[in-house]
Amino acid sequence: MSVKLFRLFSRPEPPAPTAPVARERLQILLAHERGLLGQQPDLLCKLREEILAAVSRHVALDPDRVIVRMERGKDVSTLEVDIELPNGLELPLAAAG
Amino acid sequence: MAKVLVVTSGKGGVGKTTTTAALGAALAQNGKKVVVVDFDVGLRNLDLVMGAERRVVFDLINVVQGVAKLPQALIRDKRLENLHLLPASQTRDKDALTEEGVGRVIAELRETFDWIICDSPAGIERGATLAMRYADEAIIVTNPEVSSVRDSDRIIGMLDSKTAKAEKGERVEKHVLITRYDAARATRGEMLSIEDVLEILASPLLGIVPESQDVLRASNVGSPVTLNNPASAPARAYLDATRRLLGETVEMTVPADKVGLMNRLLGRRAA
Repeated sequence: MSVKLFRLFSRPEPPAPTAPVARERLQILLAHERGLLGQQPDLLCKLREEILAAVSRHVALDPDRVIVRMERGKDVSTLEVDIELPNGLELPLAAAG
Repeated sequence: MAKVLVVTSGKGGVGKTTTTAALGAALAQNGKKVVVVDFDVGLRNLDLVMGAERRVVFDLINVVQGVAKLPQALIRDKRLENLHLLPASQTRDKDALTEEGVGRVIAELRETFDWIICDSPAGIERGATLAMRYADEAIIVTNPEVSSVRDSDRIIGMLDSKTAKAEKGERVEKHVLITRYDAARATRGEMLSIEDVLEILASPLLGIVPESQDVLRASNVGSPVTLNNPASAPARAYLDATRRLLGETVEMTVPADKVGLMNRLLGRRAA
């Protein structure tokens, strides 16, 4: 009862502040975007294009079988290139070299 | 059958992106396959409100121009697997979007999704007209305030004349969603009443979303308000609106935050 009474007269628990989360999200995003808008090539995009170009020199890429994921982080960013290659693909040695 | 829904308003800052994210998440939680599409080329923000801003690889223009396939550009939500985002381009020229190209993308999305929600940019220019072009239904987001109501009226005129449906002699089904509603100010007569707004716009009401700090909190953390705090007043308003969109009859109320007795006595508003 006393607890309930106490709750009745107290202000509701303030929720954890969210502004610091907003600030950090914006800082990370804008750091990447400023580079991009300033015509500085985005490293992740450049790598993505070069990796796909390198692979397609050896096999014909089916665009439906290529999944690219990126995650831009504060200290580390990740680039994930997932290419599905049909079995039985024999690469000529010359092409592989 | 797939439904294309445009969230539009004419005026900026009334809550289109918040609404797109909140309804998209709520529909996905109802088991629908949902994609939210950002049409604000050059000034995208839906990715940020959805918390997917770090994972954008390709965008709508890349798909329209054939640089990327649609599945490559779609970003799956981390919380709801039925929910996807098709981001707008941040850097490219908005003239890169063509009516024909957008039509192709929408047709392809119709094959996979139950709901395609197009988040319109503010204004009445190309981006806004393309966002509504292929719509079956429209949500006109309106604040109970003169300039917003005027712009909504203008947008309703465009929905009735410039959409593919209108040109075929059909009608885009329209719903008015009132957002940033302050019950106390409306009671004091400082704000246009719901009745005033509906009478002027002559369109049915989908819901009333109260002004709330919870909307800001949700956007701060990058989560649709219906997911971030489903018990909050704006989330409950959006959840009711979602049920109405799905054809249910839900009593129209203005959800309010619960205020403690002491706060009510002191006239404090809920945070």
